[in-house]
Amino acid sequence: MGILDTSPRVRAAALVAPPFLYALALLAFPLIAIIVISFWTQSGLALNRVFTLENYREIFSSPIYVWGNANRWGVLPLSLFVSATVTLVTVVLAYPIAYFVSFVVAPERKALWLFLITIPFWTSYLIRVFLWKVILGFNGVVNTGLQSLGVIEEPLSVLLYNLNSVIITLSHAYAVFAILPIYVALEKIDRSLLEASQDLGESRFSTFLRVTLPLSVPGIVGAVLIVFIPTIGDYVTPELMLGSGGRLMSNVIQTQFLQLNNWPLGAALSIITMLAVGIVSLVFILLNRRWLRGRA
Amino acid sequence: MTYSPSAAPLIQLRDVHKHYGDYHALRGIDLEIKKGEFFSLLGPSGCGKTTLLRTIAGFEAPSSGSLTIDGRDMAGVAANHRPTNMVFQSYAIFPHLSVAENVGFGLRRDPRSKAEKARAVAESLEMVGLGGYGARAAHALSGGQRQRVALARALILKPKVLLLDEPLSALDKKMRETMQVELIKLQRNVGITFILVTHDQEEALIMSDRIAVMFEGNIAQMADPETMYRRPNSRRVAEFIGKMNLLPATAAMERNRIVVDVAGLGRGAIEPDQAPSGVQPGATTVGIRPETLSILFPGETTDRRLAAGTVDEVVYFGDMTYYDVRIPGVEQPLTISMKNLIGRPVLDVGAVTQVVWDERSLVVLSR
Ligand SMILES: Nc1ncnc2c1ncn2[C@@H]1O[C@H](COP(=O)(O)OP(=O)(O)OP(=O)(O)O)[C@@H](O)[C@H]1O
Ligand SMILES: [Mg+2]
Repeated sequence: MGILDTSPRVRAAALVAPPFLYALALLAFPLIAIIVISFWTQSGLALNRVFTLENYREIFSSPIYVWGNANRWGVLPLSLFVSATVTLVTVVLAYPIAYFVSFVVAPERKALWLFLITIPFWTSYLIRVFLWKVILGFNGVVNTGLQSLGVIEEPLSVLLYNLNSVIITLSHAYAVFAILPIYVALEKIDRSLLEASQDLGESRFSTFLRVTLPLSVPGIVGAVLIVFIPTIGDYVTPELMLGSGGRLMSNVIQTQFLQLNNWPLGAALSIITMLAVGIVSLVFILLNRRWLRGRA
Repeated sequence: MTYSPSAAPLIQLRDVHKHYGDYHALRGIDLEIKKGEFFSLLGPSGCGKTTLLRTIAGFEAPSSGSLTIDGRDMAGVAANHRPTNMVFQSYAIFPHLSVAENVGFGLRRDPRSKAEKARAVAESLEMVGLGGYGARAAHALSGGQRQRVALARALILKPKVLLLDEPLSALDKKMRETMQVELIKLQRNVGITFILVTHDQEEALIMSDRIAVMFEGNIAQMADPETMYRRPNSRRVAEFIGKMNLLPATAAMERNRIVVDVAGLGRGAIEPDQAPSGVQPGATTVGIRPETLSILFPGETTDRRLAAGTVDEVVYFGDMTYYDVRIPGVEQPLTISMKNLIGRPVLDVGAVTQVVWDERSLVVLSR
């Protein structure tokens, strides 16, 4: 009769089926399509479906994408660098916040603090990017503020339309995603371990270095991955913050797909980016494994 | 034994109070613990044992009163600068370190060479019976092994005082008994002052040179185990440590002797030390331990005092039998423990019997 009368395995399969199909349609299928297209070529408005490595050859022979030249970096290394910087800034700023909430805030207030930390995320991402433009812009809050204080005479141009603004905006956008995993790792630390360390002669600071920090490594690794992976694919922030000058990987891919109408090259660039992110993530996961091996 | 009652106090607490907001956790603790002593803090849950221990360790600051260790005032001295080490109830073994790294944790500032430190760690592990376990991951240890690592980690620093917060409560009975004996031996070998927190009265009696019984932030009695057991100074202490029969009685002074008339048993003269909390003429309470009473089995005779009664309840323990015997004129039945010696039958409920008692085993509990 109904699904509930069948064997557990069939029941489980039936329960999993809808999300599984959903994931297949929205994740696996586009991914496979991208992989396949990356081995085709564009001829005019149509796709030439003959298997070729031409796109990859172009990516690795041109200075634009990977290698760069004496004057400018390749787009991929630049994007990796920006993501790495964003990740570093985000995690370094998130750690003290997570530490504060976990160790300083009274237990009954913690939920409230976490709630307050998420407030910026009630506004849309796009609006937050625009807000940063307002803050960092030529006539923005920072410049007019500093000018009226007499600190600077001319508006600073280093704030907007360069990588700094991308890094500032992304670091802010991903802060919560770094705070939460670090907070969870810190919460899991048995407080008597910290007392034991002090009892054994360590000051509070050396206790932090010898006990708290090593035990929070899983949270840090989680935060690094959660920030690094999406920021390299982030398209909106560089598009709005870099103006017409610079281009990061996501913008280059977008240009290939939607403006130059070269889907195969865009697809190949996507694959290369995914591989680069995959390798970096793997390194981190392996480091974490090594760290955690034999350690509860 | 390194402990001698005349030694100078190593730890001295004077009128120590601790308030947690409205809650008065320690209510004027006066305490002196001597060098090399095995001292136990015994009391029911929530009486402030851990608070007192943490105050000595430096994790809690007293709200008022003073604490000196080895003649030095500890006010404002942080835990990492005190000559004490603690074995935590949870053991607090660092999960990210190996056994050897755990034991050597406190040696970072030690000026000795790496090799010497490694040797000290190995010796320390040897001492607690964990020789060769150094390379193991700490999380892969059993409860008893963790406890030994915690011990080795504290003892390697040669503290003046080792503080132990219910270190054995997480172990099963067999393991606990083994560790009790090992702890006593260890303490005698290293000669370090031990302060043990426990809520297990048997453990305190077995292990300690001296015991302090605490109730609600106060020390109710402080004495060696035998005095504590035989001469408790209040009903509460008497009932907390072992089993005590409590009987109503009337006290009177007769020709410079204290005479008590115990309900159901009769009159007996007692020595002054049998009334540790003093005695006033008039109504009072006396205590008698179950093993100081006995049942007169058929065929046995005695020249001691007797009281007739009927068996109300029999609990057979193998080596012992516990009888509850009802005596006319006494509301509570008397609990009597008897060794199951050869030829002694186990009586049935309802059996009529004679209870043998002795005035020397009475203790007057006027509080
Ligand atoms: N940090 C604290 N804040 C508020 N109250 C506390 C705090 N620590 C302890 N208390 C209270 O002080 C009292 C004594 O606590 P303590 O931990 O010393 O008891 P204990 O004798 O060790 O009990 P147990 O045998 O259960 O471990 C308890 O009522 C406890 O609720
Ligand atoms: Mg306790």
